[in-house]
Amino acid sequence: MSEIEIKNLTKIFEIKGHKVTALNDINLSIEKGDIFGIIGMSGAGKSTLVRSINYLEKPTNGTVYIDDVDLSLLSERELRIKRREIGMIFQNFNLLEQKNVLDNICFPLEIAGVKKKEARKRAKELLKTVNLTDKEKAYPSQLSGGQKQRVAIARALASKPNILLCDEATSALDPQTTDSILRLLKEINETLGITIIIITHQMSVVTQVCKNVAIIDNGNLAEVGSVDEIFENPSSDAARELLSGKEITYKPVESLNTKRKIRIVFKENSAYEPVISNMILKFKTPVNILKADTKNVGGKARGEMVLALPEEEGIAEDIIEYLKANGLAVSEISEEI
Amino acid sequence: MLDFFKGIFTFWDSKVIIMILEGIRDTLYMTLGSTIVGYLLGLPLGIVLYVTSAKGLRPNPFIYRTGDFICNIIRSIPFLILLILLIPFTRLIVGKSYGSTATIVPLVICAAPYIARVVEASLNEVDTGVIEAAKAMGASNLQIIFKVLLVEAKTSLFTGFTITTGLLLGYSAMSGTVGGGGLGDIAVRYGYYRWKTDIMIVTVVLLIVIFQIIQNLGTYASKRIDHRKH
Ligand SMILES: Nc1ncnc2c1ncn2[C@@H]1O[C@H](COP(=O)(O)OP(=O)(O)OP(=O)(O)O)[C@@H](O)[C@H]1O
Ligand SMILES: [Mg+2]
Repeated sequence: MSEIEIKNLTKIFEIKGHKVTALNDINLSIEKGDIFGIIGMSGAGKSTLVRSINYLEKPTNGTVYIDDVDLSLLSERELRIKRREIGMIFQNFNLLEQKNVLDNICFPLEIAGVKKKEARKRAKELLKTVNLTDKEKAYPSQLSGGQKQRVAIARALASKPNILLCDEATSALDPQTTDSILRLLKEINETLGITIIIITHQMSVVTQVCKNVAIIDNGNLAEVGSVDEIFENPSSDAARELLSGKEITYKPVESLNTKRKIRIVFKENSAYEPVISNMILKFKTPVNILKADTKNVGGKARGEMVLALPEEEGIAEDIIEYLKANGLAVSEISEEI
Repeated sequence: MLDFFKGIFTFWDSKVIIMILEGIRDTLYMTLGSTIVGYLLGLPLGIVLYVTSAKGLRPNPFIYRTGDFICNIIRSIPFLILLILLIPFTRLIVGKSYGSTATIVPLVICAAPYIARVVEASLNEVDTGVIEAAKAMGASNLQIIFKVLLVEAKTSLFTGFTITTGLLLGYSAMSGTVGGGGLGDIAVRYGYYRWKTDIMIVTVVLLIVIFQIIQNLGTYASKRIDHRKH
């Protein structure tokens, strides 16, 4: 079995007789050593899902297995001990404001009953890992957001977990700091072999570090697969919507949206070939480029472009054929860009 | 002005001075005594209210509502009336119903629910995210209470402590009207019944000074222990 097995997980919240299905029959397997993204729009159920993995949220139905242990069968005490194997970081860092950096990192060890001297030694090692050795006596209020998240990561690693859960860990950070935190997470995954689960609503976070991804839409698992696969060939509406980068909204020119639109993804080599200009030369019709972007997907450069096709049906079909023949992934989209 | 003070010191014999010194001692004894005993009852009660509330660590509507009800009832009775109502109870506990030790009883009964509320409010201020993080680390509820809540809320708890002490200083003086002892008692006996205005003024000034000292010490200390702002 995989390291994390989520089986038929359903969570229904009941507020004053009103029922909200936050998660609906989710099945997921996450392998050891993976960096697994869980992405979805706000309110999709991502936080509920990640909180179910350490059983902070008890499922209404279904269960979670961690290393073949069914969490639903554990007592409160056993569950608390199990949670030490699962680190967690948050959007708002959630550091203890009245404790300095070193004591914050020691905190999970203090809870686990580790001797103070030993805990301090481990905390100092971890400060090296997250590159913050000069801040051990500082208080959280004296740190920047990125530094706070580094402390939170060190704290989450203190009890030597096998799994690290990140709930919107970069959402409160600027793009540069986000990059550096994501790089740190990747490094931790590679050097310590910790399985990392990243919850986010930003596709860029997923494409930057995740190997696999699950897309959650309104409490349902819309799609799951390798980031490569889904980036190239999204099969669900939710995936396409997230890929089209709705978070960056700008009003399209009305007439452009009346045409058929396709999204093409350039693979490694083809990104350097002038496919589009060749295509225009060949068909002698102009196409409108609605959006063009390059992304770093799992360390490989990927280009992404959205084109509005000419009105004539014949030519539109030919263009699609031509692009496919040139090794590009092509999918037709209906969303507004 | 100078003549007035000279007048006081020549007029006052050592008996009056000793009486005032004893008044200060009794006032401090009642105030600090009732604050400390009040906290021995109120702090755990406040923690129970926090823990059993709907969003608490272990919600329990029955316990919460019971505690809530008792707190509200006691707090809605004016202190002077409580003082009189509690006379039989006070007599039962300390053997008499007058004097400074006896006054501590109604002061504590009055203070405990107030303290519970202040403590509950302080704990409510602790960021739920921090509690969530502690749970994710595998902390038990007791560990969360003692290692997270009370530590993170310490500044606010301390401010509450200062305010409570100030309040009980005032109430202890009020108890002077029914023979409670301390500076309030002196002010009432000399100032009100015997028209010795000078003694009354001195006791009032002393009460003000003591209050200021408590408040400033409290403010200073709570700033010193706070690590949130630098
Ligand atoms: N404790 C709760 N009580 C009631 N409803 C809840 C609770 N927690 C979550 N929900 C509901 O469950 C749904 C999913 O919430 P969740 O927090 O998991 O979403 P999310 O994907 O993390 O969203 P966001 O990106 O905004 O953080 C929402 O409709 C939310 O209102
Ligand atoms: Mg969330």
